[in-house]
Amino acid sequence: MNWLFRYANPHEFMRLSGAVLPFTAIGTALCLLAGLYLGFSVPPDYQQGSTVTMLFVHVPADVVAEIAYGAIAVCSLLSLVWRHPLADIAARAAAPLGALYTALGLITGALWGKPMWGTYWVWDARLTSFLLLLFIYAGYMALWNAIEDETRAARAAAILALVGVVNIPIIKFSVDWWSTLHQGESIMSGKIAPVYLWPLLLMMLGYVLMFASLWMVRVRTVILERRARSLMQAGA
Amino acid sequence: MNFDMGSYGAYIWPAYGISAVALIGVTLWSIAAWRRAKTKLSRLEKK
Repeated sequence: MNWLFRYANPHEFMRLSGAVLPFTAIGTALCLLAGLYLGFSVPPDYQQGSTVTMLFVHVPADVVAEIAYGAIAVCSLLSLVWRHPLADIAARAAAPLGALYTALGLITGALWGKPMWGTYWVWDARLTSFLLLLFIYAGYMALWNAIEDETRAARAAAILALVGVVNIPIIKFSVDWWSTLHQGESIMSGKIAPVYLWPLLLMMLGYVLMFASLWMVRVRTVILERRARSLMQAGA
Repeated sequence: MNFDMGSYGAYIWPAYGISAVALIGVTLWSIAAWRRAKTKLSRLEKK
């Protein structure tokens, strides 16, 4: 774990993230541009027609919503076990981003559901467990804000984040465990046609890089704010 | 490239529009917050 702690101090994080950020930002732009170009060049699907283009904004948002939650859970574990202050900052900074991607997944999913299923919403396993993810994000952020003492808030939020991890495999396997309107897994099983797979992979990579970039910017912001706060306290 | 989505355009374009507005918005907002923090810190460090 020593390597992790070496890079997980705020000073090293600022240096490393400053070096990495230009590449993730440019990578985001290139992947999204290429993904959109290919995405709007695909032929209509034989069943879904042109609504197949929803795939390229819906699935990446869902994937990042879950990755962001995984990132929060890992940081929470680091925080609980090793009490690392940067882990708390990182976990907290990822939450609003994760919630935003979750909301985008739900909205784009509803807009895809209406023309394909005839309804914006149905209380089935996949949709309900994904809505639950949004509520977990909301609860996590509310808990951080509700407890004034930052150390206690961090610990309570970390425990909530780890309990909420249970929901992630439920989202993933909901389409296999229960009968649902939502279509089954098609990427790993190779069922998706390559013409749709490539723009989807590019958009997914673009979304992931975008999340990584924004997450780093947000953590950097908090570190700067804390430095400013300690300078102010020192000067007061 | 093909932008003719037929009658499905009523669902597809809002999905793309909301995603674009949200993601561009959160990017601009995050950069603005970082700039604010940076300016504040450099002002304090000069003192």
